[in-house]
Amino acid sequence: MAKPHDLRRYPGFLAITILCLVILYAPLMVVAVYSFNASASITIWEGFSLRWYADVFTGPESAKYRDAAWNSFIIAITAATSASIIATLAATAVLRSGKFRLRTVSIGLISLPLMVPEIVTAVATLIFFNALAFERGILTILLAHIAFCIPFAYMPISARMQGIEASYEQAAMDLYATKRMAFTRILMPLMMPGIVSGFILAFIISLDDFIITNFVKGAGVETLPTAIFGAVKQGIKPNIMAISTLLLLVSIVMVALSWLIGRKDQKT
Amino acid sequence: MAGGAAPGGSVQSETYREARLWLLLPAWVTLGLLTLAPLMIMLVYSFLTKEFRGGVIWEFSLGAYDQFFFDRGLFGDDAPKIEWTYIGIFWRSIWQAGVATILSLLIGFPTAYFIATRPQRQRALWVFLVTIPYWVNLLIRTVSMKFLLRDEGPLNDGLMALGVISEPLGIVNTNLAVQLGLFYSYLPFMVLPIYAAVERYNFALSEAAADLYAPRWTVLRRVLLPAVKPGIVAGCILVFVPSLGSFLAPDLLGGAKNFMIGSLIEEQFKGNAGNWPFGAAASMILLSMVLILLIFSARQSQKGGA
Repeated sequence: MAKPHDLRRYPGFLAITILCLVILYAPLMVVAVYSFNASASITIWEGFSLRWYADVFTGPESAKYRDAAWNSFIIAITAATSASIIATLAATAVLRSGKFRLRTVSIGLISLPLMVPEIVTAVATLIFFNALAFERGILTILLAHIAFCIPFAYMPISARMQGIEASYEQAAMDLYATKRMAFTRILMPLMMPGIVSGFILAFIISLDDFIITNFVKGAGVETLPTAIFGAVKQGIKPNIMAISTLLLLVSIVMVALSWLIGRKDQKT
Repeated sequence: MAGGAAPGGSVQSETYREARLWLLLPAWVTLGLLTLAPLMIMLVYSFLTKEFRGGVIWEFSLGAYDQFFFDRGLFGDDAPKIEWTYIGIFWRSIWQAGVATILSLLIGFPTAYFIATRPQRQRALWVFLVTIPYWVNLLIRTVSMKFLLRDEGPLNDGLMALGVISEPLGIVNTNLAVQLGLFYSYLPFMVLPIYAAVERYNFALSEAAADLYAPRWTVLRRVLLPAVKPGIVAGCILVFVPSLGSFLAPDLLGGAKNFMIGSLIEEQFKGNAGNWPFGAAASMILLSMVLILLIFSARQSQKGGA
């Protein structure tokens, strides 16, 4: 592979790739390391300690963050579940119900939340709830999250469905399965890896959202990102770094899970 | 987004033709009601009269757009002059997003190329490594960047300990901090489409060019780059568009002097300005810019594909 005249290789590209990974990971690593700092100052390192993690769970602000984390979790689970169901049904219509006139329009509508800048979606959703005199609270956050999670759930789900040949369902129906049975007993089990990936991506996207949540949340209702943002406005404190590190771990574990499911799936 | 919903054709069937309406209805209703309808209402709001403590009065007015583009003096009866404040904020946003895009391209292209030329089995892992940070909360990444860059932060401490600099660089609250923040936020978006394009590239073309005595870097510039251009354009769009309307990077890293569109809009709804029609109008102008850009790039990629 390492031929001296390998045309594919350019000097310096490896170095830049390493630089790229360093840039991507260094800030996160630094915060993760400093979250274990024994000092109350964020500048001076005074040795290893789990003090700030204890503070997150039992300290004076622990109730606030527990409520925020609970809200985030409930919203993310509900939004990701709803978005995955909606996306699975839509993908079935787009890929398994022949050609139809509104097909392109439907695909466009599904990808609309990806094309509109997040701040614009946030403004529009706030105005929408205001025009309907819909009281802002956890429900408005949830509704907004379901909408913008749909394209993220749709991508892996539709990719998976494109990889499943229609002949499996045809075979089932040749053996007198009804269409409903072909859908629930053949297509859905085959679709599971795609649906799980879609669910996980939607879950992370919901858990991460700050801008839209910040606009549509009611007074006093916080999710983790809005609570963190509020605290950071007063300055970065060590307990924020501990929370950030925990949240970072959740994201990484979930993405790794989604990746492993996808990989295992490709091998079989 | 970029090529995401390309109809493959090979595995499509008509099995659930009768159920089509019911399968699509949940998506139509949810997105129609919660994404499309709000955008329409926002358009309407941008033509209404402002109420002073947020909200609107239902009376048609061009006031919001007028305020955006024209300065009519304190009492509104002077001859209209061009109002540069908001145009300036938009211009700064375009500039900041542009610099972030170029930075991402300079780092992202070699990275994407390097990954795409790894042995097949390693590629997925490299791509995974590049994508992980994207899935980490954007707020946390921006805060991390601020923690790293601030005057008493590890970067300045490290450089001072090494004797490279004698006093902190003072990056936070400058344009550079915002550019770095945006670059950091969206770098993975640059790598992925370029990676996909280079992976599809037929290296026999490079070999043919080299056989005809083209030097290595000429091959890159004249043969490879034109072939992977759609990937580069897609990457630039994916970095530029979210950067343009970003709120967190300018708010946390830029400070009050480095206002961008996102902060301007936010202030109309959450902050002190409280001018909803103006915020809606600014959002409409931002949305139009983005849609024009997306349509333009879709045209380009269609031309490239044909």
